[in-house]
Amino acid sequence: MVTPAIVRGGDLEGGLAFFGGPYNNHLALRAAIDDARARGAARLFCLGDLGGFGPNPGKIYPLLQEDEVFTIAGNYDRSLAERLSDCGCGYTHPDDNRYAQLSFDYTNRRTTDAERAWLAALPEQAAFERGGRRYLLCHGSPRRTNEFLWESASSDAFLVRLAREAGADTILCTHTGIPWQRLLPGGARVINVGAVGRPANDGRTEVWYAWLPPDSDAAEFVPVPYDHEALAREMEEERLPAPFVETVRTGWWTTCLEILPAKERARGRH
Amino acid sequence: MTRQASISLSAVGVPRVPALSLDTVWFQVAGTLCNLRCRHCFVSCSPTNRSHDYMTRESVREYLREAEEMGVRDFYFTGGEPFLHRDLVGILEDALRVGPSSVLTNGTLITPERARTLAALERESRYALELRVSLDGLTAAMNDPIRGEGTFEETVRGLRALAEAGFLPIVTAAQTWNDAADARLRDEFHSFLRHEGIARPRVKILPLFRIGREEGRSRGYAPTEFLTEEHMRGYDPWLLQCSNSRMVTSRGVYVCPILIDAPDALLAPTLRESMKPFPLGHGACHTCWETGASCRN
Repeated sequence: MVTPAIVRGGDLEGGLAFFGGPYNNHLALRAAIDDARARGAARLFCLGDLGGFGPNPGKIYPLLQEDEVFTIAGNYDRSLAERLSDCGCGYTHPDDNRYAQLSFDYTNRRTTDAERAWLAALPEQAAFERGGRRYLLCHGSPRRTNEFLWESASSDAFLVRLAREAGADTILCTHTGIPWQRLLPGGARVINVGAVGRPANDGRTEVWYAWLPPDSDAAEFVPVPYDHEALAREMEEERLPAPFVETVRTGWWTTCLEILPAKERARGRH
Repeated sequence: MTRQASISLSAVGVPRVPALSLDTVWFQVAGTLCNLRCRHCFVSCSPTNRSHDYMTRESVREYLREAEEMGVRDFYFTGGEPFLHRDLVGILEDALRVGPSSVLTNGTLITPERARTLAALERESRYALELRVSLDGLTAAMNDPIRGEGTFEETVRGLRALAEAGFLPIVTAAQTWNDAADARLRDEFHSFLRHEGIARPRVKILPLFRIGREEGRSRGYAPTEFLTEEHMRGYDPWLLQCSNSRMVTSRGVYVCPILIDAPDALLAPTLRESMKPFPLGHGACHTCWETGASCRN
């Protein structure tokens, strides 16, 4: 098991914001940070996968650094840091992998050595205590960075085991891009925080992040509107695949659909 | 990041896969009994093959309970043909109380009424119920020589019934063609299924396992198609489903869904006792390693 970086501070008892994969979507990340600040967030966290999908990867880093967003590494960040040949997302279908490769190659070509070094220094997981509970922040699951925890495909028994093995009362994760949470038998909770880089396949152009209010261990999922049309134009200027741009404009996923379980897929349009 | 795990070697140099986690449990719920007699079936299922028998609902329940205690993630039901089992819907009800479930079927026994019953079950469950239908060609001329006369029409009818009931069935095809034709056939499957009214086709292509009846249709494994220490060096054992899943049949717990005719693959009567290393000594192990195959969706 990974040893998580320990986060400390009395302010952890305040409101906390958790951002899932930004996927190069700097406009949405900016809007999500501003939204969380406006709510009086004591701390901001990002659960990794900074690159992919969106345009101009370099614009993400200053936002995370200047706004002091505590960031852990996703599979994408690890692949870029280690100069691997693909994103390591863990897709199993060739159609999913084809589009994943296009965005990885795009991001990889535009990532500087300094950015790779910054990514390499990110912790893999983080943990803190809050209100007597132990929170574990991971990208996919506590045991594998690229494991997909889908709501309809994860049994209670499995999630209880993951929490127990990780010694966590609350697991916070991302990687799938669709937010959900579940209070488990025995009191543990899993919060998939969604992603701020891409809409949640719900036909809305907003992106979502997870907000943990002061004095609460249940998350609220916050929709964040942003100038998605400006992002779409920027993606077109960068000649990113048209289906990616369509997702930004419509809120429906058009690619990397094969990994979705039937329930999640059926809620979408494609 | 990957949990630290490695492949160890047995005395004779056959690499062994560790039992890392029980994530998935398969049930050979209809044994080796099937209404079809496909020529590539790696477990030689047929209307008369009783080498593995139907599992009772009570027996499945006991394994569901044990699996739940062990923190299982999901279940798969296969055969033979699962819809020959008269308690299948009841068994799925039991399973969906514990976790997500998938059924692997040839689709020929799925009537519109049965599809609606399953769809109601799916709607009531917070977990996914996936229906996976085997079809080995885009035409009767391509499919029927493998799966049997008339099966193309019957399977497509079953697929339509599932789609009309609201399912997004996964169509699986065994790769009876060469690698070069893969992309083209995948596209053709998609267009064909759309044309048949399946709006969002999901297609999974599976490798052939050169055992069972397939050995007679094409060929068996060559002496070079077995795993050695060299194959497993630097290989992540998580990628092999035998590191994190098990198959239950009427005869006990097997290492994987493919090897239920191999005596050494019968590991134990219970799931707990079955969590031990397994020597990857079969040609089929080479296929999983080589193709990255997983029987999962």
